[in-house]
Amino acid sequence: MLRAKTMEWVTQIRNGRSIYLVGVLGYIVAALLLMNWLSQPGLRDAVWYPLVSALAFAAFLGSLLVIYYAPLAGAVKAILGLAILLVLLPILGVRNTFLLEVATQVGIFAAMALGLNIVVGFAGLLDLGYVAFYAVGAYLWAIFGSPQANIAFGTNRFPLEPEWFFLFLFLAVGVAALTGILLGLPVLRLRGDYLAIVTLAFGEVIRVIVNNLDKPINLTNGPQGIRPVQRPPLFFKPWLSALGIRLDDPTLYALYFYFLVLLVIGFAIWLARRLENSWVGRAWTAIREDELAAQAMGIPLVRMKLAAFATGASFAGAMGMIFAAKQYFINPESFTFMESIGVLVMVIVGGMGSIPGAIVGATVVTILNLQVLKGLSLMLNKLRQAGVVIPIINFPLSQWPTQLEPAKYERLVFGILLILMMILRPQGLIPERRHRMELAEALGREERAEPEQLPVEEELPPVIPAPEVRPTRD
Amino acid sequence: MAYLLELKKVTKRFGGLVAVNRVDFTLEPGRIVSIIGPNGAGKTTLFNLITGIYKPDEGEILFEGRSLVGLRPDQITAQGISRTFQNIRLFGNMTVMENILVGMHTRFRASPVDILIQTPRFRREEQQLREEALQLIRFVGLRASPDELAKNLPYGEQRKVELARALAARPKLILLDEPTAGMNPQETAETTRLIRRLRDELGITVILIEHQMRVVMGISERVTVLDYGEKIAEGTPEEVRRNPRVIEAYLGRGVAIGAIA
Repeated sequence: MLRAKTMEWVTQIRNGRSIYLVGVLGYIVAALLLMNWLSQPGLRDAVWYPLVSALAFAAFLGSLLVIYYAPLAGAVKAILGLAILLVLLPILGVRNTFLLEVATQVGIFAAMALGLNIVVGFAGLLDLGYVAFYAVGAYLWAIFGSPQANIAFGTNRFPLEPEWFFLFLFLAVGVAALTGILLGLPVLRLRGDYLAIVTLAFGEVIRVIVNNLDKPINLTNGPQGIRPVQRPPLFFKPWLSALGIRLDDPTLYALYFYFLVLLVIGFAIWLARRLENSWVGRAWTAIREDELAAQAMGIPLVRMKLAAFATGASFAGAMGMIFAAKQYFINPESFTFMESIGVLVMVIVGGMGSIPGAIVGATVVTILNLQVLKGLSLMLNKLRQAGVVIPIINFPLSQWPTQLEPAKYERLVFGILLILMMILRPQGLIPERRHRMELAEALGREERAEPEQLPVEEELPPVIPAPEVRPTRD
Repeated sequence: MAYLLELKKVTKRFGGLVAVNRVDFTLEPGRIVSIIGPNGAGKTTLFNLITGIYKPDEGEILFEGRSLVGLRPDQITAQGISRTFQNIRLFGNMTVMENILVGMHTRFRASPVDILIQTPRFRREEQQLREEALQLIRFVGLRASPDELAKNLPYGEQRKVELARALAARPKLILLDEPTAGMNPQETAETTRLIRRLRDELGITVILIEHQMRVVMGISERVTVLDYGEKIAEGTPEEVRRNPRVIEAYLGRGVAIGAIA
């Protein structure tokens, strides 16, 4: 197997494909050099630094996309991709933990987008309250992984030890899935717009409950939020020391969460792909295409929709929990309607129903939010402090109102992004396979191999039993 | 003789309109029968009642002696009743193959665990049913590639995919709602032959809703005529053709009197 792969690889390089390999490697090296150059201490104070560093990081992550599209053997792609994710990015991250923070946040949203993609993209159920499941997962660990549970239950058993984190990760998946089913049971009989409205309300209801559940028993500590949330155990610290790698705890935690999120995404991709290519995924697509016909094919609508809801919810639950542990502190503010919309935007921008699309969408939107807009804000601040005046209209930037900071443009950006996508590329950045096929169809049938001519009337297939019954009249 | 399907005084009202009014209907296994009637006579409503899309207000529907009333459409399909739709309802963004595999939904036995770890059981089942889908494609005489998206197929081919999809569940009874609608004479003849083969080769009992009299008279062993939701006649094609009430329903009273005279 391995040998065959190696041979395939070698022939590919001989066949002149190596030019692509060189191109891809060149791109990665260029991105690395750019990042390296940007990490010089002197540049940090430059006005353009935040924006350029954001773009450089985006370009670096873009190398994954370059690898994805490059005509290389699967094994080569996998090696390059893993090298970036498992080696290069962590090394860059250790030098600049902010990058690791962004990458982890991208990962959290990517996993959520993958989950929502199952609900919205595969099964066509518009869920506008997806963040509720994220909140469920987050609060589950926040309550039991902090002294908060002592207040609520009058004990002093809590917080649980860090080791409990992993058990709770599974619990969060289960509880979120259960919440999805409980919500779904009454709601999934609704169609289209009505479903969207009810799920939207549900998302808000969860947030309001969390916001007010400091009385009569103080379970969530209300708007003040919960702090400190227990973090998972640094079980690998002695191993790293043995290897001679010495890092401070914040960096270790940043790395830890990064790899944890990566692991969950890997699992999410695996799960989504397996389901997509089975009767489960086909049933979901059939429901999306035509609910009535799907039911006439023997698909139990409510059960399959619940399955989609529960699967999607479980991803959000796991990610909510990791988020809570990573942030050390959570409050209801983190689970607003905007978060639901944000994840939905990721799915739409990436391409509904497309697994790579969900990941790219999450990356684009998160980097835009966390880095580009913040970078612009920082830039503006620097300009303002420098007393720069916009020429011609003679407007001093120091008078620029703080309400108009780019970092506050999140909603505007979502809106513009959605409008642009609808006009320019409604199928998403990386469209689902079916939409690609449609496109290929439009580009000309002749390019595709002529389908095998099937004989029109042939003898009966043997798998179907011969009839016992004969008509009485003819 | 035991009936495959039995309707007893089935009634369906939509507000004040009685769409199906106390219809009795029996069907022995192995038959090809037609339901005809003018537009709005309640033919498709009758199909929707049998397949569980509507629930009858009164009456009883028995399939192999068991009541279907109160079952969901998917449960009724699982009992062995498949259907096609008057206006083709394929899953447009799915391939021909996928459409047929969806039709086989009730036959998949692999559990989610089988799917996730891709057990031999999952692979074998997927492989077997895909092969069977190819055989169905050949059986209905589909010329298009199995990987073509359903919505890109010409009309006649789409009808065939819909038929293959309905056959995929291995039904005992198939309900065809105007299978030759919009077809030219040659396609109609081809479809008529195909319907006969469903019964002769696959042993499937067939109920047709049909407007083309050539088809109805050509293949039905029995014809049931509905008008304003009521059964007004039943019998061999020849009997029904001569029935004055039928002529009246189709052509109006004056003509009917003229025809009898």
